[in-house]
Amino acid sequence: MKTLATMLGAAALFLTSGSAAIGARSDLVLGVVLEPPHLDPTAGAAAAIDEIVYANVFEGLTRIGPNGEVQPALAERWEVSQDGLTYTFHLREGVTFHDGTAFDAQDVKFSLDRARAEDSTNAQKGLFSAIETVEVVDPATVKVTLGHPQGSFLYNMGWGDAVIVAPESAPTNKEKPVGTGPFRFDNWARGSSVTISRYENYWGEPVTLETAEFRFIPDAAASVAALLSGDVHAFPNLQAGDALPQIEADPRFTVMIGATEGETILAINNGKAPFDNLKVRQAIAHALDREEIILGASAGNGVPIGSHFSPANEAYIDLTDTYAHDPEKAKALLAEAGLANGFSATLKLPPPAYARQGGEIVASQLRQVGIELEIIPVEWAQWLEQVFTNKDYDLTIVSHTEPNDINIYARDDYYFNYDNPAFDAVMDELETTSDPEKRKTLYQTAQRIIAEDAVNGFLFQLPKTGVWDARLEGLWENAPIQANDLTKVRWTE
Amino acid sequence: MTAFVLKRLAVGLLTLLAASLVVFFVLEVLPGDPARIMLGMNASPEALHALRTEMGLDRPVALRYLDWLFGMARGDFGRSYTYSSPVLALVAERLAVSLPLALMALALSTAIAIPVGIYAAARHGRPSDTLAMGLAQVGVAIPNFWFAMLLVYVFAVGLRLLPAGGFSGWGVGLDGLWQGVKALLLPAVSLALPQAAILARVTRSAMLEVLGEDYIRTARAKGLPRRKVLWRHGLRNAMIPVLTILGLQFAFLLAGTIIIENVFYLPGLGRLVFQAISQRDLIVVEGVVMLLVAAIVLINLLVDICYAVVDPRLRSSR
Amino acid sequence: MSLDSTFTPVPERHVLAKALANRSFLVGLVITGLVAAMALVSFFWTPYDITRLAVAERMQGLSLAHPFGTDHMGRDILSMIMIGARNSIAVAIVAVGIGMGLGVPLGALAAARGGWADEALMRVNDVVFAFPALLTAVMITAIFGPGAVNAIIAIGIFNVPVFARVARAGALSLWPREFVLAARAAGKGAVLITVEHILPNIASLLLVQGTIQFALGILAEAGLSYLGLGAQPPMPSWGRMLFDAQTRMAVAPHLALFPGLAIVITVLGLNLLGDGLRDVLDPRIRRER
Repeated sequence: MKTLATMLGAAALFLTSGSAAIGARSDLVLGVVLEPPHLDPTAGAAAAIDEIVYANVFEGLTRIGPNGEVQPALAERWEVSQDGLTYTFHLREGVTFHDGTAFDAQDVKFSLDRARAEDSTNAQKGLFSAIETVEVVDPATVKVTLGHPQGSFLYNMGWGDAVIVAPESAPTNKEKPVGTGPFRFDNWARGSSVTISRYENYWGEPVTLETAEFRFIPDAAASVAALLSGDVHAFPNLQAGDALPQIEADPRFTVMIGATEGETILAINNGKAPFDNLKVRQAIAHALDREEIILGASAGNGVPIGSHFSPANEAYIDLTDTYAHDPEKAKALLAEAGLANGFSATLKLPPPAYARQGGEIVASQLRQVGIELEIIPVEWAQWLEQVFTNKDYDLTIVSHTEPNDINIYARDDYYFNYDNPAFDAVMDELETTSDPEKRKTLYQTAQRIIAEDAVNGFLFQLPKTGVWDARLEGLWENAPIQANDLTKVRWTE
Repeated sequence: MTAFVLKRLAVGLLTLLAASLVVFFVLEVLPGDPARIMLGMNASPEALHALRTEMGLDRPVALRYLDWLFGMARGDFGRSYTYSSPVLALVAERLAVSLPLALMALALSTAIAIPVGIYAAARHGRPSDTLAMGLAQVGVAIPNFWFAMLLVYVFAVGLRLLPAGGFSGWGVGLDGLWQGVKALLLPAVSLALPQAAILARVTRSAMLEVLGEDYIRTARAKGLPRRKVLWRHGLRNAMIPVLTILGLQFAFLLAGTIIIENVFYLPGLGRLVFQAISQRDLIVVEGVVMLLVAAIVLINLLVDICYAVVDPRLRSSR
Repeated sequence: MSLDSTFTPVPERHVLAKALANRSFLVGLVITGLVAAMALVSFFWTPYDITRLAVAERMQGLSLAHPFGTDHMGRDILSMIMIGARNSIAVAIVAVGIGMGLGVPLGALAAARGGWADEALMRVNDVVFAFPALLTAVMITAIFGPGAVNAIIAIGIFNVPVFARVARAGALSLWPREFVLAARAAGKGAVLITVEHILPNIASLLLVQGTIQFALGILAEAGLSYLGLGAQPPMPSWGRMLFDAQTRMAVAPHLALFPGLAIVITVLGLNLLGDGLRDVLDPRIRRER
């Protein structure tokens, strides 16, 4: 009798759980392009790491919200001293890591000190460069003192590279990440997927999803096919290309074309003749037809840009008319530069479709004004070595996806080989300015300087083509940082 | 016979040694610094240096080669730079896809090719033979990745019967098994078609040769039924060339699925190497290539031994 | 593998008559001739200039103006296929050339010298054969960079041992023959005998193998190009066209149809030609290889 009752009970349980699964799904398969090299965001620059763990597994003192704004995270609130040098963070209480250990101020000190240490492998040590000391005031309070005021400090603390880790698990986070987020790491099937599941002891509002699988599909064709066949529920950033109209027409899917921080540029080696001549760079700028490039390289999705700045940013100004498409003027400028018969150069292209396809169009457009380009496809590894590190290139096409990264034009020895003291001065001033209005004006001045100097060919802002099952909600429309925040995602039916 | 096997074994080992030298030193000249690739675009020089030391990249090349060689001899293929896990574990994970895929493709191609080959041989010169061999000619000429694209278009995108790509593991129970098989079905079919075409041709000509032999005529003259002669006497004797080709095809399938894995996005061995090359994870590339070379050497060795068993004259001449 | 025991030199008479009576040979010759003609014509004329992109006219269907439609950059697909034929043929020819140029002398030498030279050559052959061909080609193009030239090298390397084997096997079966023994008795050296007597008599074997390798070379080139490791834009190649078509299958399947058919027809033509040649030149060579 008793066994029968147990069996009936089990059957009932089975039935209810079955119907619950039909009522509201709680699993999610999300397609991402690249498999991360490992899963520790504090020890690698790969965006693929943040795309899985940011806000899901790991949290920092602050976090970046869906529209790029700074929000409180592990720090509930904070005070900034008058001189802008001292930040006092008040931490949330009752927070635990996924291995059960408690989170407190010691973990914050450990994480920040580890990130800025001499032998640190943190890929963004610059985020912490202003920090002078980190002190534990009490278990729930941390005082961070800066060497100089830094307008972007709270934003910096929201990066994936600045998340808080525990001393016990830090060494093994690469393979088995342990954080404080609403999801805990489950499994990593190499070459295939990473699975995370709901962490029951999460300090904040619990997430609706029970499990989420990030499946790695680098191939554009395979991802479109996986979406259409229902294998994958959502692609936060689908390389749909020309298949997009078909997907948009399909009522099963929601398509959201948002903005990323990815400025796609035709980078020019400003240190190499003839590109050191402003007239030659202006000629290139006049030769480019952005509309055609966007149509061919990104299936018509993407916002044309005239400088290195995201149109989603409130300090953005439209500078696309600085050097409008005008092949005749381009030829005239080349003649003025003493190159009436044109010249030839190389164009090194990394693997993404925007670069390879955009490159074919750029080459065709420059040929019309007399510049013959030899296309050299390179892998990322070679690109990093030849172009980025050794600056052995003439032209290249690449998307700069870091948020707010116009300051790279002030870096000495950066691969553009660009040097303009006036621009550097603007950046220096920006570093110590925290008044929002003043920062905005400075950003606009900076945009104008590099646009007028035609440092690079500014092409378009990479679109974020989010495509997901129409029954899903809560996925991000824009990508102010590289992350797939699943905390608000749920099935509506 | 023992002497013959020992000699072939020694030759096989020398081949492996030579291959290891080629693989290691050729890959050393690959441009691209693995440490920089791991840390990405904005890494600081100190972090780079620290990682290079940790990875042992600052040691002399010859020393690293010997370490690697003796490591492999002990069964230690090193640790992947990018995945920070042992190469052998990675390979084992990928074999869970590549091995079943290769076996499925082989089974499919055998199941199609051998009956077709025998049938064509039995009806030698008639229209059905011409038709079968004509189709085989076309099958040989079809690039498997193009065939794969067509299959995806019809069965995954159009009819939505089978997944278009990806592989989420073997899962649990019968359902899990079925999910895995489903994911590998289209890739296996696209791999099997050209292989089947080749195999059907080989089977047919081997059968034709055997059917021309005296003992077959004798068997027929004795009044044995045609079908029985074909299957019992014919096939058994035609098996050797067919098995040889099967062995070679299996070796090819294990390593040669790289394009098909790309089409269907399967986490198999070929893809592992392809990714490892682009990420300059040299230790993985070296390890997998060596394992594949070893597999091919082993298969060739077995084929040679089979030959020697069948035809003792070959023992001295080869 | 089985060539040594069954090989006999070709009697020269009747070859033409037999060729014209052989169906495989004729069909193969016509197809191959048409593909070659298409490639030749493309040097002087194509329906459209494919170096000028017309992105606005992309992915058009079949029409009188564009019988095969236009691709994702608005180029005429027929023109792309015509010029792509050049690339496929050039890569395959040079790769076969490398294989013959290096493999035949090596194989003939090994057969002539015998002993350790023979043994050494066969062992080196074993090493090359032991490498998974496609993976190795991928590695080679990763080292030297993608491009038509490196694709040729990668495919050519794997042709060397093939021709070395065929040449060695053919030569070995000739050395014990009377006319060779007579030449030796007349005091001729090994090299001279090889050039005067061996090579002319294995030429037909090499021609047959060359045709087969040619077809394999076209398939290999398509595979490498599909992976992005072959010819680079603006030079069109059939494999690359298929790669570009793949993401657009759902919208414009004709992008994938025609380059694929071009490959199938060309390889089919060459294989038929090879089969026919083998039947014509030596009916006793077994058919399967």
